Amino acid sequence: MPEPMPQVRDAIEVELEHHQQATRDVPDRPERAVLEVDNVNVYYGDYLAVRNVSVDFGHNEITALIGPSGCGKSTILRSLNRMNDLIVGARVDGPIRYWGQDMYAPGIDPIEVRRRIGMVFQKPNPFPKSIYDNIAYGPRVTGMNVPSMDDHVEQALTKAALWDEVKDKLKQSAYGLSGGQQQRLCIARTIAVQPDVILMDEPCASLDPIATLRIEELMAELRDQYTIIIVTHNMQQAARVADRTAFFTAAIDPDTGERHGELVEYDKTTKIFESPADSRTEGYISGRFG
Amino acid sequence: MSLYTPAASGADARRAVLSTSGRSKEQTPQSVLFIVLLWLSLLIGFVTLAVLLVDTFADGLTRLDGRLFTGYPSSRAEEAGARPAILGSLWVVGTTAVLAVPLGVAAAVHLEEFADRKRWWNRLVEINISNLSAVPAIIYGMLALGALALIGVQQKNIVIGGAIALAMLILPVIIISTREAVRAVPRELRDGSLAIGATPLQTTWRITLPAALPGIATGTILGLSRALGEAAPLLLLGGLVFLRFDPNGMLSQFTTMPIQIFSWTAQPQAEFHTLAAGASMLLMALVLLMNGAAIYIRNRYQKRW
Repeated sequence: MPEPMPQVRDAIEVELEHHQQATRDVPDRPERAVLEVDNVNVYYGDYLAVRNVSVDFGHNEITALIGPSGCGKSTILRSLNRMNDLIVGARVDGPIRYWGQDMYAPGIDPIEVRRRIGMVFQKPNPFPKSIYDNIAYGPRVTGMNVPSMDDHVEQALTKAALWDEVKDKLKQSAYGLSGGQQQRLCIARTIAVQPDVILMDEPCASLDPIATLRIEELMAELRDQYTIIIVTHNMQQAARVADRTAFFTAAIDPDTGERHGELVEYDKTTKIFESPADSRTEGYISGRFG
Repeated sequence: MSLYTPAASGADARRAVLSTSGRSKEQTPQSVLFIVLLWLSLLIGFVTLAVLLVDTFADGLTRLDGRLFTGYPSSRAEEAGARPAILGSLWVVGTTAVLAVPLGVAAAVHLEEFADRKRWWNRLVEINISNLSAVPAIIYGMLALGALALIGVQQKNIVIGGAIALAMLILPVIIISTREAVRAVPRELRDGSLAIGATPLQTTWRITLPAALPGIATGTILGLSRALGEAAPLLLLGGLVFLRFDPNGMLSQFTTMPIQIFSWTAQPQAEFHTLAAGASMLLMALVLLMNGAAIYIRNRYQKRW
């Protein structure tokens, strides 16, 4: 019988590890909240897209936001580093506190918010520059005081588990990398400005299963240094990587007939997947709708 | 029992045999006629251009010589050349580029990246830029003439005057092509930059504009090649002059190649017509070269994301 391809065997091992990691025990409530979403409504123009969301995101934890399309999970994610400001007409009503400070208060610079709360997107979006310049871009534009840019780039790439694959082609275009490598480059690019929180908007949606597992493995490694909040359509992924899971859904307001996203349930991932408190969560988890 | 039993007897009725009559609906008489008409339209344009090129080439070949480049205008055709006109064209088009490119790119970037489209004045500007590109060239000449008169300039046939007229003429071309190039840069690249704490201005300078550069260069070159061939606004400024010196600065008097050609064709002697044909070939080669460069840049750097 032929040996399984080494790549595949790695993937299986990685998945096993993840199952062990998923059982990591966290307290019932986050002990130190990095971000507190407090009764927040998000509007696009006059339309109330997400209503009345309250979540505390724990420091050095991975939190997954799951739910069917249009439930507002990406909207909430984009509100967490004020990326929603860039959409014309978008408005966040209610405080979102970063270490206790309302990031939507007057006088707060959204640029500063985004430097501390980075974001990785659905489709890998490296800049049309070299691998090196992709990483160095953030420190350069934010005016970071970096003793040696070469070391800084190496560190960021090492943390993103990409250094060994790219160390010999740092000056080559980032477009020469595979999709999974590009996404890890985007994570490295975010890490390079030393953020506190990393938001991920379906980071594996365009990746193959092996590349997906590598990103998940990376997330587990990064958890000790960063707080990670991930939106995912993949429930297995949430179950594998997240310490806590928030389930969103869209409900139709009987009075107005409008559809609004809302948070149904937020708890430890094991609780959400094994004994959810809300029947809608259970229905979604077991695949009855969504 | 077969695994694929038809569910109902109706399935048998629908099982058709492909026709083998050899008659295809892809080639009806109407469709053939349509194709022929399309070819004919193409042919008319192509043949006209070809005849024009060959005719001009045959006429001008004898004067496509060194003297055309080095000689000054003269009342004797065999001694005359287009040196001041060639240099004048370079001066005017160069100055036009210096005036129009920064202004046009800046205007386009503002409209595309920073202007709030909900404001009525921004929409008004947008609509008017499209309108401006349809304004006849001579109107820009009149505008430049008026502007120079207003600030009290007596001698209006100067390099900077012509450049102002041509810059206004090609500004809409540059703005429109730059906007398209900027719009073609994916939203995700800007988001990626903003999400790591770059300001919108840094994002525009370091990400959006470099990515849009090939498109901007293409539009700019096409605009400048139009300026190179333009005569009407310059005639209005008094460009139809007999110059026996090289232009040497912004305030220097000048003539350009299209005007020189125009002036030679107006002469009664056939030798001057030959000279005009030679200069036309040169002008055409320059314009083709610029357009070729634009196409090369467009293809070479197309969509790297």
